[in-house]
Amino acid sequence: MGLTNSSTGMGAVDSALVIRREAPTDRVIALAGNPNVGKSTLFNALTGMNQHTGNWPGKTVTNAQGCCQRGEKGYVLVDLPGTYSLMAHSAEEEVARNFICFGDPDAAAVVCDATCLERNLNLVLQTLELSPRVVVCVNLMDEAKRKGIHVDLKLLSERLGVPVVGTVARKKKSLDTLLDALDRVAEGEAPTPLTVRYPQRIEKAIAALTPLFPGRWAEKLNPRWLALKLLEGDEAILREAFAYLGGEEERGALEEAVEAEREELAQWGFGEERFRDLLVSAIVSTAERLCRGVVTQAGSGYSPTDRRLDRLLTSKRTGYPIMLALVAMVFWLTIVGANYPSQLLSNILFWVQDRLTELFALLHAPDWLHGALVLGVYRVLAWVVSVMLPPMAIFFPLFTLLEDAGYLPRIAYNLDKPFKACRACGKQALTMCMGFGCNAAGIVGCRIIDSPRERLLAILTNSFVPCNGRFPTLIAILTMFFVGSAGGWKASALSALLLTGIILLGVGLTLAFTRLLSATALKGEPSSFTLELPPYRKPQVGKVIVRSIFDRTLFVLGRAAAVAAPAGLLIWIMANVTVGEATLLSHCAAFLDPFARWMGLDGVILMAFILGFPANEIVVPIILMAYLSQGSLLELASLTEMKTLFIENGWTWVTAVNVMLFSLMHWPCSTTLITIHKETGSWKWTALAAALPTAAGVAVCIAFTALVRMAGG
Amino acid sequence: MEHTRCLSDLRPGERGTVRALHSTGAMRRRLLDIGLVENTGVECLGRSPGGDPAAFLIRGAVIAIRDQDGRDVLLRTE
Repeated sequence: MGLTNSSTGMGAVDSALVIRREAPTDRVIALAGNPNVGKSTLFNALTGMNQHTGNWPGKTVTNAQGCCQRGEKGYVLVDLPGTYSLMAHSAEEEVARNFICFGDPDAAAVVCDATCLERNLNLVLQTLELSPRVVVCVNLMDEAKRKGIHVDLKLLSERLGVPVVGTVARKKKSLDTLLDALDRVAEGEAPTPLTVRYPQRIEKAIAALTPLFPGRWAEKLNPRWLALKLLEGDEAILREAFAYLGGEEERGALEEAVEAEREELAQWGFGEERFRDLLVSAIVSTAERLCRGVVTQAGSGYSPTDRRLDRLLTSKRTGYPIMLALVAMVFWLTIVGANYPSQLLSNILFWVQDRLTELFALLHAPDWLHGALVLGVYRVLAWVVSVMLPPMAIFFPLFTLLEDAGYLPRIAYNLDKPFKACRACGKQALTMCMGFGCNAAGIVGCRIIDSPRERLLAILTNSFVPCNGRFPTLIAILTMFFVGSAGGWKASALSALLLTGIILLGVGLTLAFTRLLSATALKGEPSSFTLELPPYRKPQVGKVIVRSIFDRTLFVLGRAAAVAAPAGLLIWIMANVTVGEATLLSHCAAFLDPFARWMGLDGVILMAFILGFPANEIVVPIILMAYLSQGSLLELASLTEMKTLFIENGWTWVTAVNVMLFSLMHWPCSTTLITIHKETGSWKWTALAAALPTAAGVAVCIAFTALVRMAGG
Repeated sequence: MEHTRCLSDLRPGERGTVRALHSTGAMRRRLLDIGLVENTGVECLGRSPGGDPAAFLIRGAVIAIRDQDGRDVLLRTE
């Protein structure tokens, strides 16, 4: 749940990258690396930015760039998407490759995971084929040390022919070493790095092609690499090379030669697939050789502790129960922990409201002004803050801890079977988890799913899991109507269990609708998939708390408040402007009422959901405002008083259940819909994404209400 | 004695060496990306609660692969 300003809403998509240098002398540094090697953490440490990080592969789905100033020198760092290779098989790989090839960076740092260096060297070797101005950055050195893995950086540097730097993202000093190395590589003579040797036939073909490249290409593109690409049959790269670098007059001869060499290779049995295999094998075995003597380890990167944890967290017997228990525990801690601060905040904020009222009276401000600003804007804001802030400030850090420790990919692993049964893949479970934080972020996260069909499935069903804007509503109603606000650990445990039940219902709906879509609009079979389960990492508790509160909690709260203030004003106006006999508010509510009654709701509730379109957080405050403006004005200091107000307005347990059901299933908020449109590029899918949960919610509420009435409830 | 089996036959705790890769298209490229070339050693670490996919230790990284995809990876086992 990469939930920051840049990852949700308007800033969500930025695939085209324009480098913004602050000064013309700024160095442009590309940061490449496998997924999940701490690249984003390093990027944040260098730039002081808050690119969200999480311990699961494929987290950076967009390019990010940031600046870093060191003494006189400025750097523009470009965080490329994490990839295993640069062979441009996927969109991310192409972005990464094209930036290194044609983006003209002054130097590139390839970030590697010290605990599994050999595999990371594949990318290093491929990068070296593109450009010699490379620094290899062996990250997570602390992690490796703990696992008894020693990396001989000096020897590796000798073998590779480029600087190799060990880093620990948290240690400032190691970052300085990295920037020093990058300076050296960018300024001086380009290093002459190791070249991977391919089978003789291929080397012969390379040698035949390289002299034919236009002379001016040599300084931009490595001829060996280009020859390989052409032999592989990559025609796009030739087009791009001519477009970027010119030399059109030599095109004919070059294309002829490529054709001839390819034919000869094919005759020798080096067809396209075999050719590629040979390239990969050569790189992999070179990496293997390089590592001999460089990496000495007692155990493997996958430690006995990881092994034990995985056996516990993903086994047949304990996998699901522990998953459920963890979810229930997170909710329980949220509910228990939020109770007291919520109360305190509400007392403080309403004390402030009284003082504001006194101030307005003192200034002889007109009644309407006091009403609009204090009873409208301020009161709704106060509600949003006191109801939302405490649960979020607890839920987000807890969730981030699980994420940081590396548990989320295990959820995807555990849930792949059920998702596959619905013709989708387990990675959808990951995006679902992100949806708990914010559906818009979950939808951007769907980019980790390779198959376009499965990606659409994940996007369309994402809003079936309640986001953080809906949790407070669910928690408040659960506590009021089903647990009793008497408190005690039993009550809070019960509400945590009930909330877990609601989440399970959401997951069940996600699966059901995924299956339904797979049989109708998005027909198809599940595609193949691989999922990396990264090593568990000890979460950086302090950092997690700070980051999740500032990046996520305050961001979500800010957005809610920005919507709540005008909504409060609107509600107050609607409640105080009379048309004919009644207020605007009662007109609207009365208009919606007949339909809402069918669903076991009332007009006010339905209107609150409609007005809550910009942000779900304000649904309950709007309901409260509407009831309060119609009835006697009382101070709502506790959930008990809130319940009394609701019951006075005709709520029963059936209403409460229906509100929760409808909260789980209704149109996604505006930010989410905008994001869906951006990600799918289609109004049709966006409309479907809104229609599906709405139809489900209306149908379920009507069915539930009818059932209860039949049963004589 | 040497047997030929496929990746999805491995039971938790068993090891093997890749003999041939019959996967095609995107899956083949992905497996090659993670270093699953001929003669690479793999170990089955366990199965997910649903029984599929299974987790394998490949070149120091843990990768989950479904049975349907694992069938295309032929192994030598001891």
